[in-house]
Amino acid sequence: MKLRFHVEGGDFSNAGAASSEVKKLLKQINVPSEIVKRIVVALYEAEVNIVAHAYEGDIEVDIQADRIDALLSDRGPGIADIELAMQEGYSTASPKVREMGFGAGMGLPNIRKNTDVLNIESTPGKGTNVSFTVFFQTKS
Amino acid sequence: METKFFHHALRVLENQCIGCTHCMKVCPTGAIRVIEGLARINDNRCVDCGMCLRSCPVKAIIVEQDDFSRIFKYKHRVALIPAVLIGQFPEEVPTPLITSILFELGFNKVVEVETGVSLLKEAMEKYLADDTHPRPLISSFCPAIVRLIQVRFPALVDNIMLLKPPLDITALAIREELHKTGATDDEIGIFYVTPCAAKIAAIKSPVGEKESPVTGVINMDTMYNKIYRVIKAGKEDHCVVPENEPLEKFAIRWTLTHGEANNFEGRCLAIDEIHNVIDFLEKIENEDITNIDFLELRACDQSCAGGVLVQGNRFLVRERLRKRARKESRKNNSGFSPLITANESFLREHLGLEKLEPRPLVHLTGEPADALKKMEISKMALKCLPHLDCGACGTPSCEFLANDIAMGIGSIRQCFYISRLLEKQQVLNPDEAFHTLCHIWGEDKIREERWNANFHHLNELIEKENNLNKSNDDESKRIG
Repeated sequence: MKLRFHVEGGDFSNAGAASSEVKKLLKQINVPSEIVKRIVVALYEAEVNIVAHAYEGDIEVDIQADRIDALLSDRGPGIADIELAMQEGYSTASPKVREMGFGAGMGLPNIRKNTDVLNIESTPGKGTNVSFTVFFQTKS
Repeated sequence: METKFFHHALRVLENQCIGCTHCMKVCPTGAIRVIEGLARINDNRCVDCGMCLRSCPVKAIIVEQDDFSRIFKYKHRVALIPAVLIGQFPEEVPTPLITSILFELGFNKVVEVETGVSLLKEAMEKYLADDTHPRPLISSFCPAIVRLIQVRFPALVDNIMLLKPPLDITALAIREELHKTGATDDEIGIFYVTPCAAKIAAIKSPVGEKESPVTGVINMDTMYNKIYRVIKAGKEDHCVVPENEPLEKFAIRWTLTHGEANNFEGRCLAIDEIHNVIDFLEKIENEDITNIDFLELRACDQSCAGGVLVQGNRFLVRERLRKRARKESRKNNSGFSPLITANESFLREHLGLEKLEPRPLVHLTGEPADALKKMEISKMALKCLPHLDCGACGTPSCEFLANDIAMGIGSIRQCFYISRLLEKQQVLNPDEAFHTLCHIWGEDKIREERWNANFHHLNELIEKENNLNKSNDDESKRIG
């Protein structure tokens, strides 16, 4: 089942709408709660990244029998050095913003931690595409 | 086949229910449907919060209780009363008077539920200090909340503190104390005066323990009436009973909102009213809100002061208890009460709850693959429905009807809007449409009571309506 959401940059008051909707659906189709949690945390982080950094973006989610695929594409400044951005604690936030408790540099690492497959492509000055997959069965 | 998990204390009186949908619309777990003119509660979804009872305009939902005379089966008849019982009476009615009246009604021991709070508070402090527990820790106090988390937030079940609520601790202490005097369990009757349905359900089918130490329950409204009648009778002298040691300030306030949260270090929040709790837990579950240490969550607005069986106004009950805490309490940190001290090591051993199991709500049955197919049907149905959430189909909202359709237990024809359209398109004949109507609202009601008996009113009304429209038309012509 395919779902689409549009996200406006800077619209913090509505951030999380897509992940909440997806959470509701996953619960309804009896996906184990620990997996729902991983998906929601990853999707929420990615959604908030668009709100916080980009001008606008779209989220496409495909729920299948055994997994969920998500693609988040935004139009925004892009990420210059993805590898660096993936490091825990790396943040573009100024020290002042960090003092207020924001920009801890855990966004992308948190997405990686909670997904089974993760791809990030970015063109500085144009935008970023984040796609990930989470399987419903925990791999043993 | 769904397994039945819980005992429930809420019952629909079939001869009283008018199938009006009020209860269905406020139910936080979507447990109610109206079928054949009656509200039906799905046992596996119900968490006994009592919102349905509160919303019922004809008092057709009741809380089952034990027959009062059952207390006389026991040699030791203990009334276990929560602070909110006393909070319902005006200040002029002192605690010892209420205790005396309970003796006159047949009890031979009266203990306040909050007697065990001091021991619990200490245990909670230790529990909170232990970093190995997940955060936020959620209090196990309100049984409706514990069940809500089991069914709606299964991922948060491990956040519930595995400590018994004050009710169980105090009941255990009483039982142990009586055992010491040689009393056997079949001689001991501990009766809890409950402010809500959830506590009854928790006693009849406990979560996290094998058996409740409480023998039975008496609804607070019943007890209120009994006590009030004695007071009103104006008897001058009441029997003199041994006075219990006063409770600590925090113990008296424990069942009020912030009663727990105010006592602990760190970020502790208190949230009351079940819909507020659901909103908050959604955010906690998404990790949208983080770094909270402790959550005190209560199903009722103003917590137990707002319990469905509490007679008094919840704000006045709160005021009364706060005053009592200032006047009648003993110092905090003045040690446990004698009942607790005498049984301290036994209670400490039995303070814990067993691991709680999640009991996720079944929305669309089957493995994700099957459920996904049903979900697609549900989505398709939802696109056809008017999104009015009027409840006339007998389900709480268009979304619920769509889900019921996908599950094979509902039909798109239940929607008034759709069935009108289908009739117009001549897909559905009026008889079929009427049949569906009867299924939701009950054939008896529609055929006899509402239609035949009121038919002449209906004709009269239509005539009046036409006249009104006509005079309005004339009026507007004149103005025009």
